[in-house]
Amino acid sequence: MQTARNYSPREMMTIMAAREIKNGDIVFCGTGISMLAATAAKNINAPNSVIFFETGAVDSLLEELPLAVGDPRIMYWSASNAGLLEAFATMQNRHTGDKVIAVVGAAQIDIYGNLNTTCIGDYLKPDIRFPGSGGGCDVASFVPRCIAFMQHKKQKFVRKLDYLTSPGQLFGKGSRERAGLRAGGITVVITNLAVMRFDDDAGQMYLDQYYPGVTPAKILENMAFTVDISRASEAIPPSGDELRILRENCDPQRLILN
Amino acid sequence: MNANEDKVMPLADAVRKFVKDGAHISIGGFTLNRNPMAAVYEIIRQGIKNLHLYAHSNGTAVDELIGADCVSKLEIAYSGNGKAAPTCIRFRKAVQDNLILFEDYSNYMMGLRFLAGAMGVPFLPTLSGLGSDIVTKWGFSKAMRQADPRIVNEKLIIMDNPFEGLMEAAKVLLLPAITPDVSIIHVQHADTMGTCSIQGLTFTDVEQVKASRNVIVTCEDLVKPEILRQDPDRNQIPFIHISAVCHVPHGGYPTAVYNYYDYDARYLRDFAIAAKDENQFKAYQEKYIYGVDSHQGLLALIGEKRLETIKADPRTGYAVNMKRD
Repeated sequence: MQTARNYSPREMMTIMAAREIKNGDIVFCGTGISMLAATAAKNINAPNSVIFFETGAVDSLLEELPLAVGDPRIMYWSASNAGLLEAFATMQNRHTGDKVIAVVGAAQIDIYGNLNTTCIGDYLKPDIRFPGSGGGCDVASFVPRCIAFMQHKKQKFVRKLDYLTSPGQLFGKGSRERAGLRAGGITVVITNLAVMRFDDDAGQMYLDQYYPGVTPAKILENMAFTVDISRASEAIPPSGDELRILRENCDPQRLILN
Repeated sequence: MNANEDKVMPLADAVRKFVKDGAHISIGGFTLNRNPMAAVYEIIRQGIKNLHLYAHSNGTAVDELIGADCVSKLEIAYSGNGKAAPTCIRFRKAVQDNLILFEDYSNYMMGLRFLAGAMGVPFLPTLSGLGSDIVTKWGFSKAMRQADPRIVNEKLIIMDNPFEGLMEAAKVLLLPAITPDVSIIHVQHADTMGTCSIQGLTFTDVEQVKASRNVIVTCEDLVKPEILRQDPDRNQIPFIHISAVCHVPHGGYPTAVYNYYDYDARYLRDFAIAAKDENQFKAYQEKYIYGVDSHQGLLALIGEKRLETIKADPRTGYAVNMKRD
């Protein structure tokens, strides 16, 4: 595989996420870069994955990249156009839910992969208010695999979330089950510097892959908590083919890549 | 009034009749799609205040209503509006400045609450949200809930699965039903009695309508009942739920209506810019809402030429190659 030399962090993130998606997966897309990652997987490595949206569309033909999950672009050539209740039932129901991989984003993440998309500061009088759960809490509650897209910054990788919107591993091994959730939630974190996963024993984040030109030390500098870096290896950058398909077929209007 | 009567009336009359100060209200659509915007602007023009608004993800309508100071209490899952406003500007300001009372749920939770209302049951269960702060942090305090007979005493309740082991669930989270005084939706086709045919995604419009005491429908095309009876499989809402039918072409503008028009990315962006500044926002409202006497007046300001740029392509149902950045 010929690796490309010139690619942006955003392109790297998109390709790393796309590689997580396998044939047979049902891909729950959020907005922005998560939509692009799902499209990239479909075009590159997982042509038999199925894209679906919390608003109720299944297997839409995305001739143009949608910029929101309410975008009319997701309604064209779908297998069916239904509503929110059908879409969330698809994730809560084990027959289909176990095949779902979700791609989500957040303002804050903690060492257990719990996400905050609600607020910074006190809930009732926040310093900064964000949009809230949307379908994020639902999908992180229901499905076995979720990719979280994050910018690698100290104020985003925090010791304690200001609000736990979407459950990752909650407070470590067994805590999802104790709360009444099935195993799953946030299982991989993809940032502009690295790929992080969660160990089976403690349910804590560890560094899995660092991007070419990035050191594990630099990654730790950009987090408010420390993670195990002993298992880390260098990530394989996008191949020429991956990059070409991403640029030419997935986002030719450069709505997300720019 | 018999359910099978002609319910067609002007939008201003329907809003005056069914949307009162302090009403509990819900609106159809999702973020930048099929929000009943003509009705929302009419509510603002009529100066209706103290609304208790139930929304899952109605970005455009929610931010207009909050921005016009129509809302005092909000129950919501998501307040973002695509690329123009990752967090809705007036919503953010209202929450940060304590201008409204708000309560957070998830999208599925709000959908289930509407469904419970539509079914006439007090609650529905889910496995969503267990272990999250949606459970622990309440926007409406216990005292406030107990003092207001229209608001249920508990935000939600967690209980052990009474059917032990079924669905491998140890616990379930119970969500209280919503029964709005009025809900408002915008659809592609309605007939004079109120039967609706929606194209594209239905979001939670159907459940909202069936949960509500009164329902206002605005539509792109108003047709005779015999037209929709020819293909009843395509009709999601029968007339028995509907109180008023208003013929408002482009009544979803500036949000998208599938097979009719796309969202106006420029309008949503200009709104977001204006919403950040008090003077600019007042000027925006004066020009586009208070400065016109109806939705047709707003559309005249936009002009046919610009509306042509968002016209849906007949093959895909949206405006192909529309400028969206």
